[in-house]
Amino acid sequence: MTYFEDLRVGNRTEVGRHTFTAEEIKAFAREFDPQPFHLDEEAAARSHFGALCASGWHTAAICLRHVVLARHREQADRRQRGEPVAKTGPSPGLRDLKWPRPVYVGDTITFAQEIVELRTAANRPEVGLRVARHTGTNQRGELVYSVLSSTFIERRTHDLDGAQG
Amino acid sequence: MRAFEDFRVGDIIEFAPLAVTAADIKSFAARFDPQPMHLDEAAQQNTIVGGLFASGLHIVCMHMRLFADGVLRDSTSMGSPGVEEIRYLAPVRAGDSLTLRVEIVGARPSKSRPEMGLVNFRSRMVNGDGKAVMEMRATLMFGRRKVAGGIEAAR
Repeated sequence: MTYFEDLRVGNRTEVGRHTFTAEEIKAFAREFDPQPFHLDEEAAARSHFGALCASGWHTAAICLRHVVLARHREQADRRQRGEPVAKTGPSPGLRDLKWPRPVYVGDTITFAQEIVELRTAANRPEVGLRVARHTGTNQRGELVYSVLSSTFIERRTHDLDGAQG
Repeated sequence: MRAFEDFRVGDIIEFAPLAVTAADIKSFAARFDPQPMHLDEAAQQNTIVGGLFASGLHIVCMHMRLFADGVLRDSTSMGSPGVEEIRYLAPVRAGDSLTLRVEIVGARPSKSRPEMGLVNFRSRMVNGDGKAVMEMRATLMFGRRKVAGGIEAAR
Protein backbone atom coordinates (compact mmCIF):
# COMPACT_ATOMS: atom_id res chain seq x y z
CA MET A 1 0.00 0.00 0.00
CA THR A 2 1.24 3.41 -0.92
CA TYR A 3 1.02 6.12 1.73
CA PHE A 4 -2.07 8.28 1.95
CA GLU A 5 -0.26 11.17 0.24
CA ASP A 6 0.47 8.97 -2.80
CA LEU A 7 -3.20 8.16 -3.46
CA ARG A 8 -5.17 10.02 -6.13
CA VAL A 9 -8.92 10.38 -6.61
CA GLY A 10 -9.92 8.59 -9.82
CA ASN A 11 -7.27 5.87 -9.58
CA ARG A 12 -8.99 2.67 -10.72
CA THR A 13 -7.71 -0.89 -10.41
CA GLU A 14 -9.21 -4.18 -11.52
CA VAL A 15 -8.57 -6.50 -8.57
CA GLY A 16 -9.77 -9.90 -9.80
CA ARG A 17 -12.58 -12.04 -11.14
CA HIS A 18 -14.58 -14.97 -9.87
CA THR A 19 -17.00 -17.52 -11.33
CA PHE A 20 -19.75 -18.51 -8.87
CA THR A 21 -20.60 -22.22 -8.64
CA ALA A 22 -23.83 -23.72 -7.26
CA GLU A 23 -21.88 -25.55 -4.54
CA GLU A 24 -20.22 -22.45 -3.12
CA ILE A 25 -23.42 -20.37 -3.41
CA LYS A 26 -25.26 -22.96 -1.28
CA ALA A 27 -22.38 -23.41 1.17
CA PHE A 28 -22.14 -19.68 1.82
CA ALA A 29 -25.93 -19.45 2.20
CA ARG A 30 -26.05 -22.36 4.68
CA GLU A 31 -23.46 -20.57 6.80
CA PHE A 32 -24.59 -16.94 6.59
CA ASP A 33 -27.80 -16.37 4.55
CA PRO A 34 -30.11 -19.40 4.66
CA GLN A 35 -32.91 -18.20 2.38
CA PRO A 36 -34.55 -20.65 -0.10
CA PHE A 37 -33.43 -18.83 -3.27
CA HIS A 38 -29.76 -19.17 -2.17
CA LEU A 39 -30.05 -22.79 -0.97
CA ASP A 40 -32.12 -24.81 -3.38
CA GLU A 41 -32.54 -24.78 -7.19
CA GLU A 42 -36.23 -25.72 -7.12
CA ALA A 43 -37.20 -23.19 -4.48
CA ALA A 44 -35.20 -20.56 -6.37
CA ALA A 45 -37.01 -21.42 -9.61
CA ARG A 46 -40.33 -20.74 -7.87
CA SER A 47 -39.07 -17.41 -6.45
CA HIS A 48 -39.05 -14.08 -8.28
CA PHE A 49 -35.31 -14.64 -8.95
CA GLY A 50 -36.20 -17.58 -11.21
CA ALA A 51 -32.98 -19.51 -10.55
CA LEU A 52 -30.41 -20.17 -7.81
CA CYS A 53 -28.51 -16.95 -7.05
CA ALA A 54 -25.74 -15.93 -4.64
CA SER A 55 -26.36 -14.10 -1.38
CA GLY A 56 -25.48 -10.45 -1.86
CA TRP A 57 -23.08 -10.84 1.06
CA HIS A 58 -21.36 -13.69 -0.79
CA THR A 59 -20.66 -11.29 -3.67
CA ALA A 60 -19.47 -8.69 -1.16
CA ALA A 61 -17.19 -11.24 0.54
CA ILE A 62 -15.60 -12.40 -2.72
CA CYS A 63 -15.06 -8.77 -3.72
CA LEU A 64 -13.36 -8.10 -0.37
CA ARG A 65 -11.12 -11.13 -0.85
CA HIS A 66 -9.93 -9.80 -4.20
CA VAL A 67 -9.40 -6.28 -2.83
CA VAL A 68 -7.27 -7.67 0.02
CA LEU A 69 -5.27 -10.01 -2.22
CA ALA A 70 -4.54 -7.16 -4.66
CA ARG A 71 -3.27 -5.06 -1.74
CA HIS A 72 -1.06 -7.95 -0.57
CA ARG A 73 0.45 -8.29 -4.06
CA GLU A 74 1.21 -4.57 -4.12
CA GLN A 75 2.75 -4.70 -0.62
CA ALA A 76 4.89 -7.72 -1.54
CA ASP A 77 6.20 -5.87 -4.62
CA ARG A 78 7.13 -2.89 -2.44
CA ARG A 79 8.94 -5.04 0.11
CA GLN A 80 10.83 -6.76 -2.67
CA ARG A 81 11.99 -3.36 -3.90
CA GLY A 82 13.01 -2.46 -0.34
CA GLU A 83 10.35 0.27 -0.10
CA PRO A 84 8.35 1.06 3.06
CA VAL A 85 4.77 -0.20 3.35
CA ALA A 86 2.09 2.04 4.86
CA LYS A 87 -0.12 0.74 7.67
CA THR A 88 -3.84 0.40 6.93
CA GLY A 89 -7.14 -0.20 8.69
CA PRO A 90 -9.48 -0.35 10.40
CA SER A 91 -12.50 0.46 8.25
CA PRO A 92 -15.09 2.78 9.78
CA GLY A 93 -17.71 1.30 7.50
CA LEU A 94 -19.53 0.99 4.20
CA ARG A 95 -22.28 3.01 2.56
CA ASP A 96 -24.42 3.19 -0.56
CA LEU A 97 -24.23 -0.57 -1.09
CA LYS A 98 -26.30 -1.78 -4.04
CA TRP A 99 -27.10 -5.12 -5.62
CA PRO A 100 -28.69 -4.00 -8.92
CA ARG A 101 -28.89 -7.55 -10.36
CA PRO A 102 -28.63 -11.08 -8.96
CA VAL A 103 -25.48 -13.19 -9.40
CA TYR A 104 -26.54 -16.53 -10.88
CA VAL A 105 -24.71 -19.88 -11.07
CA GLY A 106 -21.94 -19.66 -13.68
CA ASP A 107 -21.75 -15.87 -13.70
CA THR A 108 -18.20 -14.51 -13.85
CA ILE A 109 -17.88 -11.28 -11.90
CA THR A 110 -15.01 -8.84 -12.44
CA PHE A 111 -14.20 -6.75 -9.36
CA ALA A 112 -12.65 -3.28 -9.42
CA GLN A 113 -11.94 -0.44 -7.03
CA GLU A 114 -11.73 3.29 -7.68
CA ILE A 115 -10.70 6.01 -5.23
CA VAL A 116 -13.54 8.56 -4.95
CA GLU A 117 -12.53 10.66 -1.95
CA LEU A 118 -9.45 11.37 0.20
CA ARG A 119 -9.91 13.13 3.52
CA THR A 120 -7.76 14.08 6.48
CA ALA A 121 -8.87 14.98 10.00
CA ALA A 122 -7.05 17.44 12.27
CA ASN A 123 -7.53 15.19 15.30
CA ARG A 124 -5.88 12.18 13.58
CA PRO A 125 -2.77 13.56 11.85
CA GLU A 126 -1.17 10.12 11.50
CA VAL A 127 -3.80 8.72 9.10
CA GLY A 128 -6.06 9.79 6.24
CA LEU A 129 -9.41 8.37 5.17
CA ARG A 130 -9.60 6.80 1.72
CA VAL A 131 -13.09 6.24 0.29
CA ALA A 132 -13.15 3.78 -2.61
CA ARG A 133 -16.02 2.46 -4.72
CA HIS A 134 -15.79 -1.31 -5.11
CA THR A 135 -17.77 -2.76 -8.00
CA GLY A 136 -18.66 -6.14 -9.44
CA THR A 137 -19.63 -6.48 -13.11
CA ASN A 138 -20.86 -9.66 -14.77
CA GLN A 139 -19.77 -11.21 -18.09
CA ARG A 140 -22.47 -9.19 -19.90
CA GLY A 141 -21.05 -5.92 -18.57
CA GLU A 142 -23.94 -5.45 -16.11
CA LEU A 143 -23.27 -4.02 -12.67
CA VAL A 144 -24.18 -6.54 -9.94
CA TYR A 145 -22.51 -4.96 -6.89
CA SER A 146 -21.39 -1.51 -5.83
CA VAL A 147 -20.32 -0.11 -2.45
CA LEU A 148 -18.43 2.84 -0.99
CA SER A 149 -15.81 1.47 1.40
CA SER A 150 -13.79 3.64 3.80
CA THR A 151 -10.34 2.74 5.16
CA PHE A 152 -7.75 4.59 7.21
CA ILE A 153 -4.32 4.74 5.53
CA GLU A 154 -1.09 5.79 7.25
CA ARG A 155 0.26 9.22 6.29
CA ARG A 156 3.90 9.85 5.50
CA THR A 157 4.12 11.79 8.75
CA HIS A 158 7.91 11.43 8.94
CA ASP A 159 8.06 13.81 5.97
CA LEU A 160 6.63 16.53 8.17
CA ASP A 161 9.90 17.00 10.05
CA GLY A 162 11.95 16.25 6.96
CA ALA A 163 13.94 13.55 8.78
CA GLN A 164 13.69 11.06 5.95
CA GLY A 165 12.99 13.51 3.10
CA MET B 1 -45.40 -16.67 7.58
CA ARG B 2 -44.44 -13.01 7.96
CA ALA B 3 -45.43 -10.82 4.98
CA PHE B 4 -44.95 -7.13 4.19
CA GLU B 5 -48.10 -6.23 6.15
CA ASP B 6 -46.63 -7.70 9.36
CA PHE B 7 -43.76 -5.18 9.54
CA ARG B 8 -44.94 -2.09 11.39
CA VAL B 9 -42.89 1.06 11.84
CA GLY B 10 -41.63 1.28 15.41
CA ASP B 11 -41.64 -2.47 16.00
CA ILE B 12 -38.47 -3.82 17.65
CA ILE B 13 -37.11 -7.31 16.99
CA GLU B 14 -34.69 -8.74 19.54
CA PHE B 15 -32.35 -11.69 19.07
CA ALA B 16 -30.53 -14.13 21.37
CA PRO B 17 -26.81 -13.37 21.96
CA LEU B 18 -24.26 -14.90 19.59
CA ALA B 19 -20.83 -15.99 20.89
CA VAL B 20 -17.82 -15.30 18.66
CA THR B 21 -14.78 -17.59 18.80
CA ALA B 22 -11.23 -17.13 17.53
CA ALA B 23 -11.85 -20.06 15.16
CA ASP B 24 -14.91 -18.27 13.67
CA ILE B 25 -12.90 -15.07 13.16
CA LYS B 26 -9.98 -16.86 11.47
CA SER B 27 -12.19 -19.12 9.34
CA PHE B 28 -14.07 -16.18 7.83
CA ALA B 29 -10.88 -14.20 7.35
CA ALA B 30 -8.98 -17.02 5.66
CA ARG B 31 -11.70 -17.23 3.00
CA PHE B 32 -12.79 -13.62 2.55
CA ASP B 33 -10.57 -11.09 4.34
CA PRO B 34 -7.09 -12.58 4.75
CA GLN B 35 -5.48 -9.68 6.61
CA PRO B 36 -3.08 -10.44 9.50
CA MET B 37 -5.25 -8.81 12.20
CA HIS B 38 -8.12 -11.19 11.37
CA LEU B 39 -5.90 -14.30 11.15
CA ASP B 40 -3.24 -14.12 13.83
CA GLU B 41 -3.34 -13.13 17.54
CA ALA B 42 0.24 -11.90 17.37
CA ALA B 43 -0.22 -9.80 14.25
CA GLN B 44 0.99 -6.23 14.52
CA GLN B 45 2.59 -5.70 11.17
CA ASN B 46 1.01 -3.01 8.99
CA THR B 47 -2.17 -2.62 11.00
CA ILE B 48 -3.33 0.37 13.02
CA VAL B 49 -5.41 -1.59 15.61
CA GLY B 50 -3.51 -4.41 17.38
CA GLY B 51 -4.46 -8.00 18.25
CA LEU B 52 -6.93 -10.42 16.64
CA PHE B 53 -10.32 -8.98 15.73
CA ALA B 54 -13.12 -9.94 13.34
CA SER B 55 -13.40 -8.70 9.77
CA GLY B 56 -16.11 -6.04 9.54
CA LEU B 57 -17.81 -8.05 6.83
CA HIS B 58 -17.79 -11.05 9.18
CA ILE B 59 -19.82 -9.02 11.68
CA VAL B 60 -22.22 -8.17 8.85
CA CYS B 61 -22.48 -11.85 7.86
CA MET B 62 -23.15 -12.90 11.49
CA HIS B 63 -25.86 -10.23 11.53
CA MET B 64 -27.29 -11.68 8.31
CA ARG B 65 -27.42 -15.18 9.78
CA LEU B 66 -29.25 -14.00 12.90
CA PHE B 67 -31.68 -11.98 10.80
CA ALA B 68 -32.29 -14.85 8.35
CA ASP B 69 -32.94 -17.37 11.14
CA GLY B 70 -35.06 -15.02 13.22
CA VAL B 71 -37.03 -13.18 10.55
CA LEU B 72 -36.45 -14.08 6.90
CA ARG B 73 -36.71 -17.89 6.92
CA ASP B 74 -40.41 -17.79 7.70
CA SER B 75 -41.26 -14.76 5.59
CA THR B 76 -42.10 -13.62 2.06
CA SER B 77 -38.54 -12.19 1.70
CA MET B 78 -37.62 -11.22 -1.86
CA GLY B 79 -34.05 -10.14 -1.10
CA SER B 80 -32.58 -6.66 -0.83
CA PRO B 81 -31.82 -3.87 -3.30
CA GLY B 82 -29.07 -2.54 -1.02
CA VAL B 83 -27.79 -1.18 2.25
CA GLU B 84 -27.71 2.52 3.00
CA GLU B 85 -24.97 2.45 5.62
CA ILE B 86 -22.87 0.15 7.80
CA ARG B 87 -20.80 1.60 10.63
CA TYR B 88 -18.10 -0.43 12.37
CA LEU B 89 -17.94 1.13 15.83
CA ALA B 90 -15.64 -1.12 17.87
CA PRO B 91 -13.49 -4.21 17.22
CA VAL B 92 -15.15 -7.62 17.76
CA ARG B 93 -12.76 -9.98 19.54
CA ALA B 94 -12.73 -13.70 20.36
CA GLY B 95 -14.96 -14.37 23.36
CA ASP B 96 -17.32 -11.46 22.64
CA SER B 97 -21.02 -12.14 22.84
CA LEU B 98 -23.04 -10.06 20.34
CA THR B 99 -26.66 -9.08 20.82
CA LEU B 100 -28.68 -7.79 17.88
CA ARG B 101 -31.65 -5.45 18.08
CA VAL B 102 -33.51 -4.37 14.95
CA GLU B 103 -36.02 -1.54 14.63
CA ILE B 104 -38.42 -1.15 11.73
CA VAL B 105 -38.09 2.47 10.61
CA GLY B 106 -40.04 2.47 7.35
CA ALA B 107 -42.50 0.36 5.33
CA ARG B 108 -44.12 1.26 2.01
CA PRO B 109 -45.74 -0.68 -0.83
CA SER B 110 -43.77 -0.67 -4.08
CA LYS B 111 -45.29 1.66 -6.67
CA SER B 112 -43.89 -0.20 -9.67
CA ARG B 113 -44.44 -3.73 -8.34
CA PRO B 114 -47.76 -4.08 -6.47
CA GLU B 115 -46.92 -7.63 -5.35
CA MET B 116 -44.23 -6.39 -2.95
CA GLY B 117 -43.36 -3.79 -0.36
CA LEU B 118 -40.11 -2.27 0.92
CA VAL B 119 -39.20 -2.36 4.61
CA ASN B 120 -36.42 -0.23 6.14
CA PHE B 121 -34.54 -1.70 9.10
CA ARG B 122 -32.10 -0.13 11.52
CA SER B 123 -29.85 -2.73 13.19
CA ARG B 124 -27.53 -2.37 16.15
CA MET B 125 -25.20 -5.04 17.54
CA VAL B 126 -23.72 -4.60 21.01
CA ASN B 127 -21.02 -6.62 22.79
CA GLY B 128 -21.12 -8.04 26.32
CA ASP B 129 -20.15 -4.66 27.78
CA GLY B 130 -23.15 -3.03 26.08
CA LYS B 131 -20.86 -1.20 23.64
CA ALA B 132 -22.14 -0.91 20.07
CA VAL B 133 -19.89 -2.71 17.57
CA MET B 134 -21.94 -2.32 14.37
CA GLU B 135 -24.92 -0.34 13.11
CA MET B 136 -26.67 -0.86 9.79
CA ARG B 137 -29.49 0.74 7.82
CA ALA B 138 -30.85 -1.59 5.15
CA THR B 139 -33.88 -2.08 2.92
CA LEU B 140 -35.52 -5.44 2.22
CA MET B 141 -38.30 -6.46 -0.14
CA PHE B 142 -41.22 -8.60 1.03
CA GLY B 143 -44.16 -10.11 -0.80
CA ARG B 144 -47.51 -8.63 0.15
CA ARG B 145 -50.23 -10.78 1.61
CA LYS B 146 -52.88 -8.98 -0.37
CA VAL B 147 -52.22 -7.25 -3.66
CA ALA B 148 -53.81 -3.88 -4.37
CA GLY B 149 -57.53 -4.36 -4.80
CA GLY B 150 -57.77 -6.86 -1.96
CA ILE B 151 -57.15 -10.04 -3.95
CA GLU B 152 -55.22 -12.67 -2.00
CA ALA B 153 -51.78 -13.16 -3.53
CA ALA B 154 -51.12 -16.65 -4.85
CA ARG B 155 -48.27 -17.55 -2.53
